[in-house]
Amino acid sequence: MSGAAQPVHRDAGFIRTYLWSTDHKVIAMQYLFTGMLMALIGGFAVYVFRMQLAFPGESVPLFGRVSAGQYNALVTMHGTIMIFWVAMPVLLAAFGNFLIPLMLGCDDMVFPKVNRLSYQIFLLSAVVLVASFFVPGGAFGGAWTAYPPLSANATYNLTQHGATLWVVAVALEFVAFLLGGINFVTTAMNSRAPGMRMFDVPIVVWMIVIASILFMASVGPLIAGAVMLVFDQLLGTGFYDPGTGGDPILWQHLFWFFGHPEVYVVLLPAMGIVAEVIPVFSRKKLFGYRTIVYTAVATGVISFFVWAHHQFVAGIDPRMASLFTITTLIISVPIAEMVFCYIATLYGGSITLSTPMLWALAFVAEFLLGGVTGIFLGAAGADIYLHDTYFVLAHFHYTFFPIAIIGAFAGITFWFPKMFGRMMDERLGKIHFWVTIVAFNVIFIPLFLTGAAGDHRRIFDYSGFPDLATPGLQSLRITATMGLVALLAIQPVFVVNFIRSMVRGPIAEANPWRANTLEWSAASPPPHGNFAELPEVYRGPYEYSPEDRDEDFWPQHVPDVSPAEAAGIGGVR
Amino acid sequence: MTSRPIATTRSVMEVPTGRLAMWWVLASETVVFGGLLGSYVMMRLRHGAWADEAANTSTWAGAFNTLVLLTSSLSAVLAHQAAERGDGAKAARLLRYTMLGGVVFLLVKAFEWRHEIAEGFTITSGLFWSFYYTAAGLHAAHVLAGMIALFIVSRTAARSAELHRVENVGIYWHFVDVVWIFLFPLLYIAK
Repeated sequence: MSGAAQPVHRDAGFIRTYLWSTDHKVIAMQYLFTGMLMALIGGFAVYVFRMQLAFPGESVPLFGRVSAGQYNALVTMHGTIMIFWVAMPVLLAAFGNFLIPLMLGCDDMVFPKVNRLSYQIFLLSAVVLVASFFVPGGAFGGAWTAYPPLSANATYNLTQHGATLWVVAVALEFVAFLLGGINFVTTAMNSRAPGMRMFDVPIVVWMIVIASILFMASVGPLIAGAVMLVFDQLLGTGFYDPGTGGDPILWQHLFWFFGHPEVYVVLLPAMGIVAEVIPVFSRKKLFGYRTIVYTAVATGVISFFVWAHHQFVAGIDPRMASLFTITTLIISVPIAEMVFCYIATLYGGSITLSTPMLWALAFVAEFLLGGVTGIFLGAAGADIYLHDTYFVLAHFHYTFFPIAIIGAFAGITFWFPKMFGRMMDERLGKIHFWVTIVAFNVIFIPLFLTGAAGDHRRIFDYSGFPDLATPGLQSLRITATMGLVALLAIQPVFVVNFIRSMVRGPIAEANPWRANTLEWSAASPPPHGNFAELPEVYRGPYEYSPEDRDEDFWPQHVPDVSPAEAAGIGGVR
Repeated sequence: MTSRPIATTRSVMEVPTGRLAMWWVLASETVVFGGLLGSYVMMRLRHGAWADEAANTSTWAGAFNTLVLLTSSLSAVLAHQAAERGDGAKAARLLRYTMLGGVVFLLVKAFEWRHEIAEGFTITSGLFWSFYYTAAGLHAAHVLAGMIALFIVSRTAARSAELHRVENVGIYWHFVDVVWIFLFPLLYIAK
């Protein structure tokens, strides 16, 4: 069943088209732009507190002197914003919304109004969070992990209103993504184009669907925990208060039972993006499609059994710690397998180092470093020393930065032509890429060193720690901060490239990268309804350099041709 | 843009999308209640003295409410059967009986809680009561949401339109019922 009469639409105004739309592509852009805007706030927060660390007590340009309370709020907000309001909306919601209907060959998500509602709730959550900056006491300062009693008790965290607004904002964000997940999973299961079997679905769609399921299965206990935390904050219940028989460790378990799967919720879409980019710019079939799918599922399942590695020094039974060490080390195996499959795809390929490909390759290299440093932390014994040091921080930035920043840039530069109908500038793209990557490493390699030397996390001023307040360590901290300044300073190049290309970049054809997946058979950008004629699918998504064919790609929607016809004998189709 | 996208009408897995979506909602709600009740059970195992507090809940009110919810689930099933036969008017009437069950449930709860609060058992009277009001309160919020959904679906069903929604809202209502089947022993019977 192909072909679709497009419904006749009255000419919609600006509001209807851009702010009140149910079109999945518009909703995707809403999530993308909101995420990028929140990244500015999260980036400003880290700029301020890293300046404080490099030049303690000095007035930070564009902010002023940083007090201890402000420092706590800044680190809290940086972590919270980057995970929940940048990584998740950009990787999961923006790319999920944009790509899934297009890659599956249908005209929209299954429940467009629920989709619109999910963005609106997400926007509300962002507004609530930003509002918390302006209430008496300011934004919450209890770290993004919000451990009670610090988070439950205003006399400890000194940010009474901010603390409650933070919990409410996070809870709303969870609801938004649960609603979004409904669409991703049902559309992927039920609305595939005729002929598209499960294993003809592009990897990025698999990854987003698995990530949505992971999110849904893991977030429930934390929602319950968040309700309990808000009641502790507002009503004086004592769920986490030992004085009333409660237990602060309960929060830790509820939080990390979600918190660990959450990192895979953001990792899998990023790996999916890389899985789309690498075959296109290697002109080679993706190696181990099924392996990648199965290992993604395995990663998701195992991710439910590792959470207590965040609690090795919280007083848990050492035997439990040993169990979680084993599971944590095991989870590195399926992820490594996925990376091996990507490397195997590159091997023997005809590589083009376009901007998206540079980002995809950088993802593999940098994430690898993040992953192997996680092994040290996953071993309970080593973690006794390393817990709460900057070693942990450098580890998770070597994973999160590739996920949220490198992966996002890979996706944006790759699908920009499809999204906006124009090409980005390659030269600006490459300048932006190289400075970003170099600067990123200049930030975090010193932090591995300071962490191994003993730098605690979440310290506003090291002058009270004689062993750490040394010129050697301070110069490492300054180096890291200078790396950050360089990183932030080069981002306007991307913004300029983005906006200028959007407005007057060269017009893009439908398939500028000569790729196979269905979105490239739609116009650039796709109209409302996506396809003039809904496609049918005849093969998998990665038939690059197929044998016996002239072209080095074979789009999914092109009907099969017999070998005789392909060889030129017999009629031309 | 009231036209339904073609995506909504496809059914590659042979399960209608509405039902698929409702099972997703149920799965996510199960984890929420599972987390809350799991925490309660673990804390309760640690605090044997909570049995004394639990003695103050009204087993009769809990049992009556269980009967009410089970009966309302019956009317939801009958509504689905009527919808399958295409009888929208009957389905709508049965959905309204289901709503009535929800109303009775909430009324009984209101009286129950008023009595308990008057006796001095509030949400801050101790950790057992904190869990009691939080869990039952979260459940009651879902009963209320279910009643709103039942009302909306019954309106369209009465016109014999969108009859597939009768089954889906029924699935949701059964879930609300099942959560109560867990709450009742945990909060009332375990004394």
